[in-house]
Amino acid sequence: MSEIPLQIDGKDVVAEEGDTILEAAQGAGISIPTLCHHEKLAPYGGCRICVVEAESKGASRLVVSCVHPVEKNLIVRTRSEKVDRIRKTLLELLMAHAPESPALRQLADEYGADGERFEKEISFCVHCGLCVRYCAEVVKKNAVGFIDRGVRKEISFIPEIAAKECDDCKECFPLCPTSYLQAAYVLVESLAFRRD
Amino acid sequence: MARINSPAELEAFRKEILSRRDPTKPCITLCSGTACHATGSKEVAIAIEEELKKQALADKVDFRKTGCHGFCEKGPIVVIDPEETCYLQVTPDDVPELITAALKEHTVVERLIYTDPNTGEKTAHEPEIPFYKHQKRMVFGANRRIAPQSLEDYLANDGAKALVKALVEMTPEEIIAEVKDAGLRGRGGAGFPAGVKWEFARKSKGEPKYVVVNCDEGDPGAYMDRSLMEGNPYGVLEGLIIGAYAIGAHEGYFYVRQEYPLALENLSVAIERAEARGLLGKNILGSGFDFTVKVHRGAGAFVCGEETALLRSLEGKAGEPRPRPPYPAVKGLWDKPTNINNVETWANVPLIINKGAEAFASIGTEGSKGTKIFSLVGKINNTGLVEVPMGITLREVIFDIGGGIPKGKKFKAVQTGGPSGGCIPEKLLDLKVGFDELTKAGSMMGSGGMIIMDEETCMVDVARYFVDFLTDESCGKCVPCREGLRQMHKILTRITEGKGKKEDIATLESLAETAVEASLCALGSTAANPFLSTFRYFKEEYTAHIDDKRCPALSCKELISYYINPANCTGCGLCLKNCPDGAIDGGKKKIHIIDQDKCTNCGTCFDVCPPKFNSVIKISGEAVPPPIAEEQRVIVRKKKGK
Repeated sequence: MSEIPLQIDGKDVVAEEGDTILEAAQGAGISIPTLCHHEKLAPYGGCRICVVEAESKGASRLVVSCVHPVEKNLIVRTRSEKVDRIRKTLLELLMAHAPESPALRQLADEYGADGERFEKEISFCVHCGLCVRYCAEVVKKNAVGFIDRGVRKEISFIPEIAAKECDDCKECFPLCPTSYLQAAYVLVESLAFRRD
Repeated sequence: MARINSPAELEAFRKEILSRRDPTKPCITLCSGTACHATGSKEVAIAIEEELKKQALADKVDFRKTGCHGFCEKGPIVVIDPEETCYLQVTPDDVPELITAALKEHTVVERLIYTDPNTGEKTAHEPEIPFYKHQKRMVFGANRRIAPQSLEDYLANDGAKALVKALVEMTPEEIIAEVKDAGLRGRGGAGFPAGVKWEFARKSKGEPKYVVVNCDEGDPGAYMDRSLMEGNPYGVLEGLIIGAYAIGAHEGYFYVRQEYPLALENLSVAIERAEARGLLGKNILGSGFDFTVKVHRGAGAFVCGEETALLRSLEGKAGEPRPRPPYPAVKGLWDKPTNINNVETWANVPLIINKGAEAFASIGTEGSKGTKIFSLVGKINNTGLVEVPMGITLREVIFDIGGGIPKGKKFKAVQTGGPSGGCIPEKLLDLKVGFDELTKAGSMMGSGGMIIMDEETCMVDVARYFVDFLTDESCGKCVPCREGLRQMHKILTRITEGKGKKEDIATLESLAETAVEASLCALGSTAANPFLSTFRYFKEEYTAHIDDKRCPALSCKELISYYINPANCTGCGLCLKNCPDGAIDGGKKKIHIIDQDKCTNCGTCFDVCPPKFNSVIKISGEAVPPPIAEEQRVIVRKKKGK
């Protein structure tokens, strides 16, 4: 593995080839906010909160740091007017679902996000996918999955698997930033669990 | 079927096919594409077969059911060769007369040939019909001359010549150089140079390599790829085999929408026959090159037209895009180097190999070479598929080929590039058609959809419609697209309902910026285009909706009222009879009045009011005049009795 030199927030950083910008930043003690990222899981790139400005050969663009690989001599800015503005809008969009989520509120304070900007939505899931991916990648049971697509997409426990596996696990519960997971679990448990 | 083992054997076979064919023998060509199928070409085919038997002409005339001819507005289409006499909107009842005239009396059935709606001038000769005259049908033209499943027809029309040239005379590097020099850019949407893409895949480390045909065409109103796949499957296949050879792939996939049954059928037969003849499979034409293909049916998600989502879907997973890089050329299907091109891109390849890069690049503009197939739909006289040289102006496409706007209405905008494209206004009609030109105008080439809009189209409603489509088709993985579209849709709906707020525009702009800058794939990053381009060119319509609660196009149901102009009402009673809500008060010799409280704005009265009276009108942004006094409602006939 070859070493890749780059600059993050003015600091010279050396990363390994194949590392993401987020990994390089974390290695250098620079913090980038994330919601759908988890160190035990493959990078997902769903919430886009970790968006940063990346400049190479004089051209600057926005990239998502949890999935974007480091490049030689890349200049990364983890905060800028534009980055902050986009993070603010993303947070406001998510707060339409989960206005009281501690993870969102904390970031909302930092980025000046207005939780009231968008009309409230019924579902308080923010689709970070942590539960679905943790169950698939770490526990390897696939007891919870995504169903449907687009704005109708939601998480759902698969009763046949969940009834057998979840009682003794529930490792995904603390991962959920909104507690929607717990609600979904209780719902499917009361409706469809067969425990003979 | 005997296997063809060498280029020499192929040429011998081609010669033998041609020796059996007499170019002067009459041939009845019937368009049997999906569009003509819908207007009854199957019944016409049966009628032709019966009539040929009846008139004892079956062995004197060839009858060929071909793919789409393009002039879908006027289907079913029959063309009699070699004269190229074109008959439009043919019904089974027309067939006996048509066959007698064309094949026995050698006359033309005047009532079935093209009549110019404006001048009344009649044209029988297909290439002279304005719809065809201004086109350049390099890719699409073969559709008219071959029965899609017939390998013999394909070979008789110079098919597989490019394949032989590529396999025998050219190295993979030379083929890639030729495609690069030709300046062929991807016809599926992004317009990435095909040769450069091929080179990446060729140089990429990892085996095996794959090539994929993207036939997951999903833009509303667009059906270029369907018609090519249905009408000329061997042509697409030939392009794919050449590409596979150039890239070093031995396996390929056709990803075809499940909703395209005829394309799937014709393609599957073509693959089977090509394999049986040795044009596909092991040791193609004795060259030592092996290549096999499989057909995969898409399950109907729009986003699967995006290459990384398509690959995941091919792997049997949910069709969600993944971040790029790595690009499919590095990590594609099952993490192996993969090259994906759209149907039309692959179909261009044999042309480039046959005629050379220079000839291909001589057509078009600086950045866009060759031709492009567009589907002309919406408020246009000649709905259909057209193939035009790059660099033609929008005006030529819409007015010279498309025949302009029906019912004498005024042109307002053309929407290009599919749902994530944009609307181009009248003042830019002289814009040249090309990748960079359209992008500069705030739209994009996309896969080639052109939706024409007239003065009665509300541009805010258009933006709402396309955002609605995208909201439904977003995969839902990333926030800017899923949540951004959800909110954009709510706001645009609100504006069309007259509930827009001043701050809505700023909110839409910030949602647009977030979608453009932070989305995972091209669906999201272009999802704001319907708003951005309509706002750019039709800002006044947005302000009219928000500030004045007025829809200038008189189209948004919540913002208009229907009103009977007392001066024009003759008391004919048609509106009264047809109103489903009982909202009209009237009677004999009485001026009719709409009760605004009961009216649901269905528009029935407007539609049934005879144009010569034109008394029901639409009003927006102003108060409906109060009903006239009862005593003034009696209509006194002026002509009679005086």
